[in-house]
Amino acid sequence: MNAAEGLRASAVLFVAAMLQVVIVSSLVVVGGAPDLLLVTVVALGLLRGSVAGAVFGFAAGLIVDLLTLETLGVTSLVLTLAGFWAGRWIETTGRGRRLAPVIAVGVITVLAGAFAVVLGYMLEEDVAVRHALVTVLPPTLLANLVLAYPVYVVVRSAVHERDVLEPAPEVEVLV
Amino acid sequence: MTVRRIPVSPLSPRGAGALRRRLAVGALVLASLVLITLTYRSGDDGPLTGVQSVGASVLRPFAVGFERIAQPFRDGYGWADSLLDARSEAERLRAENRELRQRVIQSDFARQENESLRRLFEYADGPRFPEDFDPVGAEVIGRPPGVFTRAILIAAGIDDGVRLEDAVVTADGLVGIVTRVANGSARVQLLTDQDAAVSAIDLRTGATGIVLHARGTRETLVLDGVRKQDVIRKGDEIVTAGWRAGSLSSLYPKGIPIGEVTSFSQTDTDLFQQVQIEPYVDFGALDAVIVLRPSERPQ
Repeated sequence: MNAAEGLRASAVLFVAAMLQVVIVSSLVVVGGAPDLLLVTVVALGLLRGSVAGAVFGFAAGLIVDLLTLETLGVTSLVLTLAGFWAGRWIETTGRGRRLAPVIAVGVITVLAGAFAVVLGYMLEEDVAVRHALVTVLPPTLLANLVLAYPVYVVVRSAVHERDVLEPAPEVEVLV
Repeated sequence: MTVRRIPVSPLSPRGAGALRRRLAVGALVLASLVLITLTYRSGDDGPLTGVQSVGASVLRPFAVGFERIAQPFRDGYGWADSLLDARSEAERLRAENRELRQRVIQSDFARQENESLRRLFEYADGPRFPEDFDPVGAEVIGRPPGVFTRAILIAAGIDDGVRLEDAVVTADGLVGIVTRVANGSARVQLLTDQDAAVSAIDLRTGATGIVLHARGTRETLVLDGVRKQDVIRKGDEIVTAGWRAGSLSSLYPKGIPIGEVTSFSQTDTDLFQQVQIEPYVDFGALDAVIVLRPSERPQ
């Protein structure tokens, strides 16, 4: 990734983080709000690979945790893993899939939701698992799925797709 | 016939790439865990508090800018959201629905914001405002994402005299309490947060209890610990109790409205009554709030 692309990706991420905190978190529909930042990080992971996805996820999480005065590192951890997983998936088994953005966003939204519950439990938050997974997660998942493709297109227009394909592992035939 | 994956040498270009990738993600995960540990274990006096405060101060102008741009959209969403609610509640809200439509026809978002601020000022100057406190007006500039957190970010902080555990109100009633504070911003834990608890009193009967968030709901509160012999009625007003015992006192001043009783019940096995409260404050539509700064505290 050259400097110009890096700057463009950072700008996209910064705007997404600000929008998430300032407005998107307030857009609660049937109990859940979309996670624009997660969708953006996943899109960056899909377009630029696992390492870039992890780095951008970490940075995005740090911005949110700094701005909202939340426990530093929590959002970073979730988004680092989300960006890395998205990138890793497209580098290996997800390559060439037309619905890759939608599939990745769907799976990662569910995993991130479950991981946030576990993390909350470990940090002694008063975790209402049923509320988090039954009331909040389905509408959030739906909203994220709706956002997945448009956000992917916007991010792709700002950051060009890298050839992230990893050659298939070499095998030998044993007779 | 069986196949076997050929091991990749870490010295080959492919092996080095995998190693680099694992090192990068490992370092980032480790950095996150270190940040979480330092923040969590050292509390509000830790080494990262200053860093976080500076970071929040740097980012705050951007958040305020985005908030200004987003306000009309937020208001539009608020209108649409309330319209959906109105449809589900037939006759009473049909009138409200019409009113909302008229408001949209006239729609002047700036006027609405001014009205909201004027109410806050009237409240701050009025007799209902708690004695021994000075008002610090603050705009709501954000909300932390997350499943468990019910909080808002406000554009007032240490520089404005805001401190940890200051109570936050609107003209309608109690909003919550300051749980984190930076130079120019502060995080307010809402009453609907799962960790929030306020000692409260039924204004009509004097029955006391603790107001908590009703688990599994979004904005419903319960008054916990009300004795069975206390006669609670639907519509009773619940306000903060504001107790004082020696040098200790409640975080919340006395007499701030919280909400009204919508239902109550009791069973033979429960020690206390189950009292449900509808909060006066619409936590989903907070634009501006007042932080109660104790008058005796030097700014």
